[in-house]
Amino acid sequence: MIGLTHYLVLTGILFSIGLVGVMRRTNLLMLFFSTEILLNAVNIGFVAVSKFYGDLSGQMFAFFIIAVAASEVAVGLGLLILWYKRNGSVDLNSLQMMKG
Amino acid sequence: MYEVIAFYLFAALTIAMFTIVVMSKNALYAMSALAGGMIFISGFFFLLDAEFLGVVQIVVYSGAIMALYAFGMMFFDTTRDVSEKMRSKKIAYTLFVLSAALMVVILAAPLASSSVQANFPTVEHVGNVQMIGLVLFTKYLIPFELAAIMLLVAMIAGIVLASKKMDEHLNIEDEEIGNVKESR
Repeated sequence: MIGLTHYLVLTGILFSIGLVGVMRRTNLLMLFFSTEILLNAVNIGFVAVSKFYGDLSGQMFAFFIIAVAASEVAVGLGLLILWYKRNGSVDLNSLQMMKG
Repeated sequence: MYEVIAFYLFAALTIAMFTIVVMSKNALYAMSALAGGMIFISGFFFLLDAEFLGVVQIVVYSGAIMALYAFGMMFFDTTRDVSEKMRSKKIAYTLFVLSAALMVVILAAPLASSSVQANFPTVEHVGNVQMIGLVLFTKYLIPFELAAIMLLVAMIAGIVLASKKMDEHLNIEDEEIGNVKESR
């Protein structure tokens, strides 16, 4: 049968896929996609723990994470559109102003 | 048996979709794959008896967030391939080692949590949506209200950020096009 371990391993795999995305992407829109993957992976873990411990707190946390993701997308895309209008590019390297 | 087959099917499909999101060079492919992956994740929620979250996942993620991304992508040039160059190999290797360590910590964490007790235990013969309503409007009322305020702030911020000077910008572009035409 499928136990908590299966879901946690799946969560770990999806989370590392998201981490790889965050590391190798330099396009800001793609970075947003990778952030969504991270949030979704954590959501699966929360709901699995909530089911196998018979506790609803995990589902509540997943619910609030979805709310946070929605507002993050709204504000982030607004900022991204502003940056694209000013610079004509959504590449991370175009944000390098201090030449560090 | 049904649960096992569904779990492995959804797991393979989700991992494939998210790998496409991470590896694809085309922004549109990445976005479509992300929408598909979100729907498969809602399949996990239905498998885990969390019907409310499954429906919310489909409505909010695949409906609202992906529509927002699709709308935002109309501003960007998405037909061009995303060019990505790794600047420094050293940073990449350090981050890969750190993420491997993080993976070990995540997978070892359940060993340290053998004494977890349920704070709000689920009740038998009460539906998932009903239980969520009960817990959300008693124990989690203040976070719920704060989330509502946060969404309102985010909505206003999105409107202000995206729509400010939109007509002005279009006018500038029109002027530029006009200038080009005049110079020709």
